[in-house]
This record gives sequence, C-alpha cells and structure tokens, in this order.
Amino acid sequence: MTDDFVKSFPLRTGRTHEVCGPSPLPFVFALSGQLGSSAMWIHEDWQTQQINPAGFAAFIDPQNLLVAKAKNQTDVLAASEEALRSGAVSLVVMELTKPIGLTQGRRLQLAAKAGKSTGLCIIPEGMGSNAAETRWRCASLFDPADSTLQRWEITKNKSGTLKAWDVKWDAQARRVIVVSEAAQR
Amino acid sequence: MRKRVVSLWFPRLPSDRVLRARPVDAPFALTHRQQNTERLYCLNQQAERKGLHRGMGFSDARAFCQDLQSRPATPKADQRFLHMLARWAKRYCPWVGLEGPDGLVMNIAGAAHLFGGEAAMLHDMRHRLLRARLDVRLGLADTRGAAWALAHFGEGTAKTGQTEALIAPLPVTALRLEEKPSVALQRLGVRKISDLIALPRATVTRRFGTDVLMRLDQALGAQPEDTSPLSEPPHYGVRITLPDPIGLSADVMAGCERLLERLCAKLKANEMGARVLLLTLRRVDQASQQVELRLARPLRDAARILPLFERGVGQVDAGYGIDQLRLEAVQVEPLLAKQVSHVSNQPKGGLEDLITRIGTRIGLENVQRFLPADSHIPERAFIIAPAAYSAPDGTWLAQHSRPLCLFPPEHISGSGVRPPSHFRWRRMPLTTGRATGPERIAPEWWMSDENWRSGLRDYWKVETKQGRRLWLFYTPQNPNWFVQGEFA
Repeated sequence: MTDDFVKSFPLRTGRTHEVCGPSPLPFVFALSGQLGSSAMWIHEDWQTQQINPAGFAAFIDPQNLLVAKAKNQTDVLAASEEALRSGAVSLVVMELTKPIGLTQGRRLQLAAKAGKSTGLCIIPEGMGSNAAETRWRCASLFDPADSTLQRWEITKNKSGTLKAWDVKWDAQARRVIVVSEAAQR
Repeated sequence: MRKRVVSLWFPRLPSDRVLRARPVDAPFALTHRQQNTERLYCLNQQAERKGLHRGMGFSDARAFCQDLQSRPATPKADQRFLHMLARWAKRYCPWVGLEGPDGLVMNIAGAAHLFGGEAAMLHDMRHRLLRARLDVRLGLADTRGAAWALAHFGEGTAKTGQTEALIAPLPVTALRLEEKPSVALQRLGVRKISDLIALPRATVTRRFGTDVLMRLDQALGAQPEDTSPLSEPPHYGVRITLPDPIGLSADVMAGCERLLERLCAKLKANEMGARVLLLTLRRVDQASQQVELRLARPLRDAARILPLFERGVGQVDAGYGIDQLRLEAVQVEPLLAKQVSHVSNQPKGGLEDLITRIGTRIGLENVQRFLPADSHIPERAFIIAPAAYSAPDGTWLAQHSRPLCLFPPEHISGSGVRPPSHFRWRRMPLTTGRATGPERIAPEWWMSDENWRSGLRDYWKVETKQGRRLWLFYTPQNPNWFVQGEFA
C-alpha cells in the first residue's frame, strides 16, 4: 500500500496536476517541501485569503517561495505557463477560480514538459480539466491523538489506479507518513 | 581670445541649503563633530551678529546665544547641492568648474554679450541666486586667481588689463596661499599684494619656495591656469536609423540586438547595470511606439536582455514601417565586475529572468516574496516585498503553531471564554472536537490598526469533528468570537 503512495507522491514531474477539496493547502505545501528548491505561487489579486509564511515555514522555507498576483485568470494561466516553461522553479502552484478548457490544460502540460517542472492547480470542487495528469481530493480528518491527519484521495489518474490514503505530516522529518489501515482501527 | 573668469563664492552654502528647505527666523547653526566635540560648521547672519563664529564649540555657542537653533551638518549633501548649482550655472556658459568646497568658477569669455554685457550678466546671477536665498560673492577678472581674490576680499569687477591695480591693495591671503607661507609673509610685514610685487623675486623664492610666486603669477596672468569644466554624466542611450522602414518583429529584434550590444558595452565600461530600459520605435509617419522593460535585477548581458524584449516588441503596431530605433537605459544601478572562477557558486539567473518576464505581463511589483517582520500580530509577522527589489533574508522561527492561511476575521456566534462546542462557519455546522489554547496576543498600541480596535485577543486552535482545524479568537474586552485562519 505504501508502495502505491510512493509511486503517486511526489507527483510526476513534467506534468500538471490538480488538487481540490476542503483543505488542499497541506497537500500543496507538503509537495513543495518534498520537491525542494524554489516554488512560485500564482493567484488572482482580489483573493482575501492569504498564505501565512509563519505557518508554512514547517513545510518549505519561505525564502524559496515567490508569490505572483495577477489581475484575472487569463493572466494567472499566462504567468503559470511562463514559469513552467522556464524551468527556474520546480513547482508552480496556480489558484484557479473558473474551469479551464482543454486547450489551456494542454498548454500547461506542454509547458511543464518543456521546463521539466511540476504544475499544480488548486481548483474548486468539480471544475477539473480533462488534461490534468492526476486529480487529488484532500480533506482533514479529526483524530483524537493527532492533529495533522489528512485523507488524500486520487479521483483521476491518467497512468495508474484510483486510491485513497490517510496521511500524517511528520514535522521532525519534514515528510509525509502514510497511516496504515490497521493502525487506524 | 582673452579669458574672462567669474568666481562665485557662497560664504554660507551649507546653512543656506538647509534654511532654503526650512526657513528659520532666528540664530541658526550647523554643527559638525570634530575631535569628539561638536563645533559650529556654518551659521547664518543672525548668529554671526550675536558674536558666534565658525569652529566655535557648540556648548560655548549655546551659552552665548540661548535661542540658537542647530542641525547636524551633512557635507555630502552640500557637495551634491554645489554640483546642482554648477549645472544651473551652465545657463550662462559651458565652462563651469568647482572652486573648493563652496565656490564655482566659470569662464564667460564669448558668452557675456548674450546677457547684455558683463555687468548685466553678473546682475542677473546675483538676482537669481538671491531669489533662491543663497548668499553669494562675485568676482570677475582676467584670471582665475584674481577673480577668486576679488570674490573673497571685496567684490569687484576688474576690466581687461586692470587686474593688477585692483588686486594690489588686497591682503596676501587673497592669493590662495597655504597657511604657513601666508602667516610668514605677514610676520615679515608683507601684508598687501602690492608689497609682495615690490619684493625681488629671487629672494621670495629662496625664502618661501616657488608656491608663492606661482600663485602671484597666476593671479596676474603671467602663468596660465585652466578652468576645467565638470565632466558630463554618462548617457546610456543609443540609436539606429534605417534607410528603409522595417515592419517584421524579427527585424526589429535584430535591430534591438545591435543596439543592446552597444549599450551593454557602454554599461560595462562604467560598471553599471540597467534596471529599466526604454525602446522607442519611430515610425515613418512620425508617430512613435515605446516598449518599456523593467528588469528584476541590474543586468548588462545583451544575450539575457534580448529575449525579454520579445513580448513587448510583439505588441508594437508598426504601421507603415519603423525607420528609427532608440534604446535608452532610463534607470541604471552600479553593477561591479565579478571575478570569473572555475568554481561557479553564482545562481544562473534563470529565476530573475522569470520574474522579469512575468513582470512585463502582470507588473514587476506584483511578483513578491515574504520577509520576516518583528511583530507578534499574526498578519504583521511578515512583510510582502517586491521580489525584484529585495533579497531573500531572515529566518522564520515559530514559537507557537500558526495557521497555513489567514483571512479577514469572520464573525461566528458564541459566548463565554471557552470556544463554543457547536458553531456555524461559512454556512457549515461544526462541532468542536478539541480546543488548544488560549494564546493571548495584545494589540500594538504604537500602531493604530482598525482591525485591532476590539482589544486583546485569545487565540484558540479548534479541531472540529468534521475535520477542519480552525484558528479562532475571542475578544474579552468586547465579547465576540471570530475565525481568522485554517491549519493543516
């Protein structure tokens, strides 16, 4: 079971993936922490929700994260394509608010392939694009013993099977740990 | 052509500069720290009338004059101001140089008639400088030395050939002598320049060295002396004019490449890097199009800059064709040459180019990074700075766990000092599973923040049975519950 997880996470590089669900942020930061090097976060400037460097410093050094604020989704996609194609950052996170078409999705895939970087779209639920390599759904779980338990579920996979894992974040080792099903009982 | 030299002396340049910006109608002095004591550096007329003088201890001056106002002196700013005045003085003639720390020298030969003669020109200078509230002494003579003497010791104009008659009654210090020979001459009773002229030359040289006679000859015109104008600041602009108009963007890029090579060579010679570049494309119909490129860091590498122009050039409307290209580095910053070594620990610069390229689309200041700030207030514990104008810096130490994201506080219904066991947030009914806290954060009273008007906050980390982990706070001085962030 853990082998499956290692095959799926960290995500395949040179591709663009999608993540949705109630709490996608831990997934995004865990991924950026595992990929290392620098990341770029692109979002629209009207959004009031703000990522907090004091909070995500446990996952990735805030020095390695650049934030770009674009006027609208077209600019978000254009900036993401530039960033993916340049290969200067290993992960490009884009917050999308509207569904994207096949053309845009495919362009992101080609840009990621050219730059050998990973793209990750944070999308509202049910607005996925067919061009995405994988789509993940992330939700926090309540656990009386632990306060980092999450359920990560692949809901679309172009090169593998669909599966769900319960994971924890190990702050000391700075990595994701899969909770075995037996341990949950 | 005979020289005609004007010497301008600003006896109170530092204090006039400060008082121009902030007029004071009282004794005023600038102070300067010398050998561990504050001394008067420059003072205005009212302070001089009270008996104060330059070089006096500041505490003595305060004892003499109770209402003395003072400011610390900044000699660097005074020098900048003098350079500005030198630039202004070019309205009279092109030959303008600096004379010591508080004067200008200009050769107005051949320029005076443009202002209606020498007297009118001097009057115009004095009038304009007075209007700018600058005290000035003017001297005009055939030589630089004589003009200096006249400016510093009784203003005056020496007509051509009258120099000797006019400066003869002036004291020997008017010859720009150093302290030692000038004191020695006065001890011997040689007080005026006419006394010095009367002495046999050989004895003067034997007694005081060649310096005294050289200064005398320079003042009388027997020895030439230059008034060298200040060098022009380098101009970072190049252009190319084409015999036939072009319209393809590949052609424009090729032209741009040629311009960039010349511009970068110029930048390299001055150890500068361009920060903002402006490409002006003039069309056949005289209209012109501009492409601005703002770089994420100073650059002078043509091969790296050129691809960054592609987007801007692609958007240009060429009309009937473009026949002139002009490239100017509008803003430059010092960029020192670096030693080339086989161990390259410098980053390749791909990230800076990416910032520039994204910046041309969404604005360079919209690409940002986080810098730590010294505050307990969660939303002020970091600064968001433009990535192009800041370096990654600082360490992030979290003493308490902080949420991954913050949003403006959202009110929830609840009462009491402990988190409510059931509450609704964003139209979701939630049940508290575990609450950790409280962590009290007080507002920073020295900053007036609208959001912190409600006073102290007790923060709780609330893990709901439904899964979400929220950051709640309670304001005890104004009982209410809010949600402000979400944890992993």
